[in-house]
Amino acid sequence: MQRLNRDQMAARVARDIPEGACVNLGIGLPTLVANHLPKNREILLHSENGVLGMGPAPAAGEEDYDLINASKDPVTLLPGGAFFHHADSFAMMRGGHLDICVLGAFQVSVKGDLANWHTGAPDAIPAVGGAMDLAVGAKQVFVMMEHLTKRGQSKIVEHCTYPLTGVACVNRIYTDLAVIDVTSEGLRVLEMVPGMTIAELNRVTGIPLLYERESNYA
Amino acid sequence: MIDKIVSSVTEALADVPDGATILIGGFGPAGMPAELIDGLIAQGAKDLTIVNNNAGNGETGLAALLKARRVRKILCSFPRQVDSHIFDALYRAGEIELELVPQGNLAERIRAAGAGIGGFYTRTGYGTLLAEGKETRTIDGRGYVLEHPIRADYALIKAEAADRWGNLVFRKTARNFGPVMATAARCTVAQVNRIVELGELDPETIVTPGIYVKRIVHVPRAEAAAGRAVA
Repeated sequence: MQRLNRDQMAARVARDIPEGACVNLGIGLPTLVANHLPKNREILLHSENGVLGMGPAPAAGEEDYDLINASKDPVTLLPGGAFFHHADSFAMMRGGHLDICVLGAFQVSVKGDLANWHTGAPDAIPAVGGAMDLAVGAKQVFVMMEHLTKRGQSKIVEHCTYPLTGVACVNRIYTDLAVIDVTSEGLRVLEMVPGMTIAELNRVTGIPLLYERESNYA
Repeated sequence: MIDKIVSSVTEALADVPDGATILIGGFGPAGMPAELIDGLIAQGAKDLTIVNNNAGNGETGLAALLKARRVRKILCSFPRQVDSHIFDALYRAGEIELELVPQGNLAERIRAAGAGIGGFYTRTGYGTLLAEGKETRTIDGRGYVLEHPIRADYALIKAEAADRWGNLVFRKTARNFGPVMATAARCTVAQVNRIVELGELDPETIVTPGIYVKRIVHVPRAEAAAGRAVA
């Protein structure tokens, strides 16, 4: 079985982002998606700190620390890009103007509940940022995460055990093993990595998954 | 003649009382009014409630204000950072109160205060820990949470240029919370890189009209950068 590495996961997500989309990429793994967006599509990247039309990192020596992304790293602005203040930036998110956001996650439930901001550990310092706004605001919420924790437990769960970021907000899950849609009937597997079988995916995930005809996964 | 330009950071902050609620602009270092924060530390006001997206980085700026034990409570969306050790230690010791606010709620609650809105319902946070104990309502079949405005005594912000009426323009992503915070405080103080003549700012591009700004302090970028290098 060929588990996807982080760049392959990013490339897989990038394939599903259409021409003309306005997209917010969360901090961490989702940030990698920017490196894989098809060059022949115009896609507008939104950054919560007030940018639409964000470009790649600047060349060494060209950094401007008044032009940063949500991770506080220097970025550039594409021709046609715009700056705006925080309330406008979050109105774009909360008002349903973004087509897609891609978020990392600790857990996603069968119903599309998302947990990605807090482990709930007593000594943990909680930090939420814009995750809850994106989770409820974007037209489509894509989650990108490893299928299993480091201890081998499924991050796709019946009920999230970590504190929730949003209720029934996830539309699609991209993991290193599969692409899965959250539907009203349940979790529907769209793709599996080469060599993965239905039996094996069921075994590692541990909760019921829906499939198309088996031949679709060849 | 209207002239909001004051001669120094010291003069701009002279009347900040103990117990004040202060909005501080910036998203990380971009747009953070570092010299105004240094001025606030020197001025000595304590028992402050601070509103900022973060809870300080490294040892300077907001982190230094926290380290000086001037802050009773902080409202922010993302306190935990690789270099937020000063906040982390105070929080773990129970020596600072934290109200964790989703970033969009932070911006919108400040905006509401500035716009005279008594509260608003938002989907953000519905069904999560951060909505516990808050009034909720179902609107068009979806759950919403009631959030209240964040009003402040002072707003300390950084802008690129100002005229003597207090009109402001900003620079790139250093704009972030500045224009919103400017509307929500009884006294908004802006540190600016340049002061220009009245009429020099293109009225089509003024981001914050002077009505929201009480005091302007000139802190040229070169001086600011040199100050940071020394610190």
